[in-house]
Amino acid sequence: MIIDFILQPWPWYFSGPMIALVLFLLLWTGKSFGVSSNLRTFCAALGAGKKVSFFQFDWKAQRWNLIVALGAVVGGYIAANFLSVSTAVAISESTVAQLNNLGIQDAGEAYMPASLFNLTSFSTPKSLFILSLGGFFVGFGARYAGGCTSGHAISGLSNFQLPSLIAVIGFFIGGLFVNHFLLPYLL
Amino acid sequence: MRTIIYFTIGILFGITMFKSEAASWFRIYEMFQFKAFHMYGIIGSALFCGAIITFLLKKFKVTSVLDGTEIVIADKAKGWKRYLFGGLFFGFGWAISGACPGPMFTTLGAGFYPIIIVIAAATLGTFCYGILEKHLPH
Repeated sequence: MIIDFILQPWPWYFSGPMIALVLFLLLWTGKSFGVSSNLRTFCAALGAGKKVSFFQFDWKAQRWNLIVALGAVVGGYIAANFLSVSTAVAISESTVAQLNNLGIQDAGEAYMPASLFNLTSFSTPKSLFILSLGGFFVGFGARYAGGCTSGHAISGLSNFQLPSLIAVIGFFIGGLFVNHFLLPYLL
Repeated sequence: MRTIIYFTIGILFGITMFKSEAASWFRIYEMFQFKAFHMYGIIGSALFCGAIITFLLKKFKVTSVLDGTEIVIADKAKGWKRYLFGGLFFGFGWAISGACPGPMFTTLGAGFYPIIIVIAAATLGTFCYGILEKHLPH
């Protein structure tokens, strides 16, 4: 049954085409697929354009993208609360074992590690540090590179853009380095 | 009307990010460990379909379904420094927070509220890029 399929974690061969459908819908309505642009819009909406020229643009023309982001919030709510029997992520056993060794005990049983994403993280200095550091680099890097996973890895590579390939290679070199050499000490 | 359309596309995107588990910190960790095909399958199949879609939209000069204007799929500006250096920073953050911008919004809706810290820090990072823009190699 379709509903049973929807309620289970989606397999990659369904998820990927669904992302492509989102790309298609945005292109077909005359827009583009790029989520990190919203962070620039946030800065502009908060008045950063008064001081920094990078944020001097007609941010209200980006309203459609803010609405997509708002939809993504609501979509996350719907998926977590109404479209999931279980939200445990079945990562491989070797990954579970490895994360257990690093002190993450709920690997394989949860959607997100509680040590980072439980409400207690708001008052745990270590969690605050990890979340802030990660977020800062994502925001800085996405704008420096001119796009994130959606703008470069999906939209750009789908359009065979060499700059996007360079950016994605950068994503992976950076990610692999941190994952293997920094995270074991950070977690 | 347009608001409803983009809101609906966003909901579809959010549901996809959550159900595909691409928004899970664990999946990103596992991806960088090369211990599962899942994330590579998602990105690969999205790209396969995305490339066909992009090709067809361009080949048949499809116009916007909303107002009939030309669909412009702009080329990225040439160069490599900003893409490589920016990409590296993005990768650092992606591996630490386990979240790229789309999933940040998705997991907020899913109730993992500390993601607000990631979103706020990412906005600050974007602001710092704006300040430093003219001093960075591009």
